[in-house]
Amino acid sequence: MKSAYTWGGILIVVFASVVGDILLARAMKQVGDVHALWRRAGLWRVVSRILGNPNFFLGVTAMAVAFFSLLFALSWGDVSLVAPAAASLTFIGNAFAAKIFLHEKVDRRRGIAAVLVAAGVALLAG
Amino acid sequence: MLSHGMKQTGNISLHHLQGVILAVRNPWVAVGIVLLLAFFASYMNSLSWADLTYVLPATSLGYVLLALVARFALHEQVSPLRWLGIALISGGVGFVAGGPALTAHEHPHEGSSPFDSAPGRLAGKNASHGAPAEEVISGGVQP
Repeated sequence: MKSAYTWGGILIVVFASVVGDILLARAMKQVGDVHALWRRAGLWRVVSRILGNPNFFLGVTAMAVAFFSLLFALSWGDVSLVAPAAASLTFIGNAFAAKIFLHEKVDRRRGIAAVLVAAGVALLAG
Repeated sequence: MLSHGMKQTGNISLHHLQGVILAVRNPWVAVGIVLLLAFFASYMNSLSWADLTYVLPATSLGYVLLALVARFALHEQVSPLRWLGIALISGGVGFVAGGPALTAHEHPHEGSSPFDSAPGRLAGKNASHGAPAEEVISGGVQP
């Protein structure tokens, strides 16, 4: 039963993380290059433009859900299972989601990189 | 830090959700949250000029750094499997870093705002890896 709770928590962490990453990436693409914007219009303009973006708030909300789900999962399962499983599955999920929702060019290079990094994280954190 | 703090806090029951909020009062959890905020600011900055599938693998270098600190500063034992993990992450990051940072979309003039991304930075990054110029765009996507 504890294992089911742990894996349920991991899946919620992964889902919320992927949704949060996609929304934040979309928000920051809509804002534009922060460095250039800061240089031209100042910090206040950067902050107001980011905080005025609805995708940013939705993304932060999803990230908050992921964070508290991680706390739950860590309290139920071992960190050696929760951390690598959540991180690895998030890498793979993001590669698919970025291709579908952000229309990023996830070519063979990026696909292989996602798999290599996910495997590496699983080995390292496990 | 978060793991250490949560182990000190103990199991959190679904019937006592306020335990999650109270966990933030644990110093280990609090410092972990501050460091996460610093990470978040850097992450958002990177996402403003590069693809998610370009930025995300790079963030995993933190795992490599953590393992190297554990081995050489804390003198912990790092198993061969973990060294293999370091090699895989480094290879993956090197793989994705060799390509363009930003995907070209069909409307190259969308990002013509003076507040959009820095073309010099992206073009320079792209040129240094010999990728075709049309792989990158000079501006961000407008809302």
